[in-house]
Amino acid sequence: MESYYHPGDLGKFAEMGKGNKELWEKFIGYYNAVFAEGALTEREKALIALAVSHAVQCPYCIDAYTQACLEKGSNVEEMTEAVHVACAIRGGASLVHGLQMRNVAHKLSM
Amino acid sequence: MAETKLSLKARRSPLTSEREQIRILSRTDRCSPFEERMRQAGFDPLYATGISVFQMNLGKLCNQTCRHCHVDAAPDRREVMTQETAARCIEALAQTDIPTVDITGGAPELNPQFRWIVAQARALGRQVIDRCNLSVLLLPSQSDLAPFLAGHRVEIIASLPYYRSAQTDAQRGEGIFEKSIAALRLLNQIGYGVEGSGLILNLVHNPVGAFLPPKQKAIEGQFRRELEHRYGIVFNHLYTITNMPISRFLEFLIETGNLESYMERLVNAFNPAAAAGVMCRYTLSVGWDGTLYDCDFNQMLNLPVSDLTPRHISDFNPAALVHRRIVTGNHCYGCTAGAGSSCGGAVT
Repeated sequence: MESYYHPGDLGKFAEMGKGNKELWEKFIGYYNAVFAEGALTEREKALIALAVSHAVQCPYCIDAYTQACLEKGSNVEEMTEAVHVACAIRGGASLVHGLQMRNVAHKLSM
Repeated sequence: MAETKLSLKARRSPLTSEREQIRILSRTDRCSPFEERMRQAGFDPLYATGISVFQMNLGKLCNQTCRHCHVDAAPDRREVMTQETAARCIEALAQTDIPTVDITGGAPELNPQFRWIVAQARALGRQVIDRCNLSVLLLPSQSDLAPFLAGHRVEIIASLPYYRSAQTDAQRGEGIFEKSIAALRLLNQIGYGVEGSGLILNLVHNPVGAFLPPKQKAIEGQFRRELEHRYGIVFNHLYTITNMPISRFLEFLIETGNLESYMERLVNAFNPAAAAGVMCRYTLSVGWDGTLYDCDFNQMLNLPVSDLTPRHISDFNPAALVHRRIVTGNHCYGCTAGAGSSCGGAVT
């Protein structure tokens, strides 16, 4: 079936370097540095990335960081909680804007 | 993940044929031939650098039927090393100064020759490793096994894929995690894994699925924290071992549609540094029937040592084996991926 996203394209990510090698190399250098062990462990960073992947709803990122989380030793329970964190923030972000609604409604209403 | 209760052989699976497994591995379209990749890395042909580990596979009989087992071991298997072959192994060992005897199976402890082999190897002054599935220690017939191992100062390398029951039971069978924890407590009680006791208890982590293991040091820390916090269990080291795409794990990969992507993962993670340190370069693996192999995985694919060297323990000739050419295939990508994988854990 025709699909906008192709799972195999994840493996071709580096082809983005063909359009502008310099910017690609800067990006990938930064990217690798971000995910290296630091104040946070690689495992913790992969869990954050998994949550963000769901927040930005990137299928490539979801595939990549599901595998990365498993390969860093996380389990599905932990990964599910990470997704709930993304969900809570996304939901909370909508809900907190309800105050904006309330403020505007209050101003417009008698 | 469905539980497998019978071996491939008992189920008459086509994968019982080693040739069929090799055929499947050679036709995966995301996988260039291993020899070609090794040539690019400067390791073809690959030669042994010596023999420091004498690995003895005592047979396919096991009290568990793990889903990832590369041996296709199970309670229904009957192939076990005989007394005569065990004696040939000890005679061969005595001709050498190979420091380590690594005993595996199946559940090697279920072989009636196991205790004799341990005692003989220890009498020769060799370090002895028992690759233990833990639950075997709880069998009524093995009630004196733990004290026996301690008495002979045998190093235990015990399989525990994860520190939680869901993952462990998914790989090793329902209820195995609980038994493993009970066995680890028993081993701790007699001093195994306890600092200063000299009784070494190492654990093995295999991924519970079609992905690579974590960094060994990182997952060891996780295991140490979780096992101590949850169960008060201590151990010495944790080894990560990559699941080899053969036998029952190959069946899992095919059934779940993961074969191509898993092979691609292994190939993309090829690490020349890991390739340089693969265990076949310093291991000699003896099958239950006395046939010689470069490793336990080649053993399961019926790929004996090069035909330029003696191929049976009764013809043992260390000089001819010590720098032999290693037999390789696409399954070897399992040992060269990422940090590398060996019976002693990560390679790099």
